[in-house]
Amino acid sequence: MKEFDPGEALSSIVSITDRVKHLPLGAAVGSVHFLGDRAFFVGAEESVAIATLEGEITRTETHFGAILCAASDGKRLVTGGDDGKLLAIDARGEISTVATDAKRRWIDNVALHSDGTVAWSAGKTAFVRNPKGEEKTFEVPSTVGGLAFAPKGLRLAIAHYNGVTLWFPNMAANPEFLEWAGSHLAVSFSPDNKFLVTAMHEAAMHGWRLADNRHMRMSGYPGRVRSMSWSVGGKGLATSGADTVIVWPFTSKDGPMGKEPAMLAPMPARVAVVACHPKNDIMAVGYADGTVLMVRLEDGAEILVRRNTGAAVSALGWNAKGTLLAFGTEDGDAGILEM
Amino acid sequence: MAEASQKIPVTVLTGYLGAGKTTLLNRILSENHGKKYAVIVNEFGEIGIDNDLIIGADEEVFEMNNGCVCCTVRGDLVRIMDGLMKRKGKFDAIIVETTGLADPAPVAQTFFVDEDVQKNARLDAVVTVADAKWLSDRLKDAPEAKNQIAFADVIVLNKTDLVSKPELAEVEARIRGINPYAKLHRTERCQVGLTDVLERGAFDLDRILEIEPDFLEAGDDHDHDHDHHHHDHDHQHHDHDHGHGGLKHYHDEDMQSLSLRSEKPLDPTKFMPWLQNLVATEGQKILRSKGILAFTGDDDRYVFQGVHMMLEGDHQRKWKDGEKRESRVVFIGRELPEQAIRDGFEQCITT
Repeated sequence: MKEFDPGEALSSIVSITDRVKHLPLGAAVGSVHFLGDRAFFVGAEESVAIATLEGEITRTETHFGAILCAASDGKRLVTGGDDGKLLAIDARGEISTVATDAKRRWIDNVALHSDGTVAWSAGKTAFVRNPKGEEKTFEVPSTVGGLAFAPKGLRLAIAHYNGVTLWFPNMAANPEFLEWAGSHLAVSFSPDNKFLVTAMHEAAMHGWRLADNRHMRMSGYPGRVRSMSWSVGGKGLATSGADTVIVWPFTSKDGPMGKEPAMLAPMPARVAVVACHPKNDIMAVGYADGTVLMVRLEDGAEILVRRNTGAAVSALGWNAKGTLLAFGTEDGDAGILEM
Repeated sequence: MAEASQKIPVTVLTGYLGAGKTTLLNRILSENHGKKYAVIVNEFGEIGIDNDLIIGADEEVFEMNNGCVCCTVRGDLVRIMDGLMKRKGKFDAIIVETTGLADPAPVAQTFFVDEDVQKNARLDAVVTVADAKWLSDRLKDAPEAKNQIAFADVIVLNKTDLVSKPELAEVEARIRGINPYAKLHRTERCQVGLTDVLERGAFDLDRILEIEPDFLEAGDDHDHDHDHHHHDHDHQHHDHDHGHGGLKHYHDEDMQSLSLRSEKPLDPTKFMPWLQNLVATEGQKILRSKGILAFTGDDDRYVFQGVHMMLEGDHQRKWKDGEKRESRVVFIGRELPEQAIRDGFEQCITT
């Protein structure tokens, strides 16, 4: 890998690296979310850095310890930490405590519903709290690996060992259990509510067609899938884990069953993060060697946003309008780009 | 190996219920050694020390979806390691305490199998705390206790003040009947030098120097009580005892070690496929394996080690001038097919 000359390989593609507002944060970035026009960079530890397009950075102390998970609905950012706290940060940067775990367990996962309901997990227990403050809990057989709200209704997918539990917190009905052997981590509904996919502990994705719970196996990755993102309208699911972006087609009623995924933006480094544009068929891709590309889903055309320097890209995020892109890296570098 | 040393060392602390794991943990955490440990415990509250890096874990073992039934890993550990890595730089090492009934294999295998865990951490050693008074009984009725002894790199034989010298010799002989290779330390209230249990590098290929039974080594920490091995020589009563250099010698019926040796070089084109096939077919029985190999036409020492079906190996260094180019392979396991292994090994010797 050392002999690879990025200058030559990337010389043919359009570069907009000079248009990026550089933000030297100095601390590892875990994820990035836009609240309004400001980018909120969630650090690995203790603080959130709020940055404007002009490059002004304000830092807010949050958890006393590591920040383990974060989710945003565009209005607020909610983070869970190893201090057992679930905190909310609003667009002004004001912090409030949503919940404190009684046993000070790690808050491993968090998910937000569009109606203001928040879900989180500690160990085997999933919690939901609606905007009125009513809280409900549900215990799954093993530690929760991931949480996701369905796009319609109040339905929470809880990923764990050997499958996913679908829980309706407001209904007395028994939760539904989708079984598949192995450890399921991140979980996500397709935007049309027809499919549910999980990223597994092994280098594979699994999915279910919710109408009949038919299985979809999506494997062949050289590494674990740590990042996935639905393209606009849910036409495709872009995933990390290989040295190209693997995009599974979800346009037909069978989803990706029996189809080959598209393999876009090959590079001599592993794809670390993917983030699809909210309005157009393009995606931002961050690689383990620090490269950030913008890639058109239709034909794979690439634009260079950041050269391969330093550590892996660890965060990518678009604002809701899709006019701003932010990225952050494991070694504390970051940037914002106006489209 | 500069890379390996930057990885955070992980010590796995096992031991049957009541053997003294918590005592040892409390000592490690309270002693003034200038190091900070992150500790993953199975039960909160037993540790009497305030430390924000004590993490409670549920031992969640799951099978890897690779068709190999013994490829089990600790999923909770994967998740905790991931979270801990966000606080890199806040601690020097990690200790994983298992429950008294746990099999150490899934913990060890987590460090072989998981890409992300492997990138950041390295298994240092499996340390087993054993109760001198009760271990002999547990070895008879608790397969878990036997597993923990068989798996160990270091055995802390605790509560030696509660047994007589002949009883101590008896329990040691039982331990050696299962695992003659682990470093054994006799303690009261787990008073063992922390350097004897931490930073051992037992899984470091570079530190596989020789494979000899621990009790044959001279000048070691336990030659002070050398004589009572001999005193018991006349009191052998067990069916499987053999007199052996004055040591009481037991053969455990279902857990044993098997040592192979060749002064003639091995044929790598035969040995490697044989070893891989052996662990693939008998890996459930083989708990640990280790080897130093001299291959035909190869001036480098080759070393390997394994846990069940997982193997890792590499060329280690040049054979030194005058060094005996001898191959040694050791297996510790349950109901090992001894004759088949011996025959298979013989066929790998270059003639």
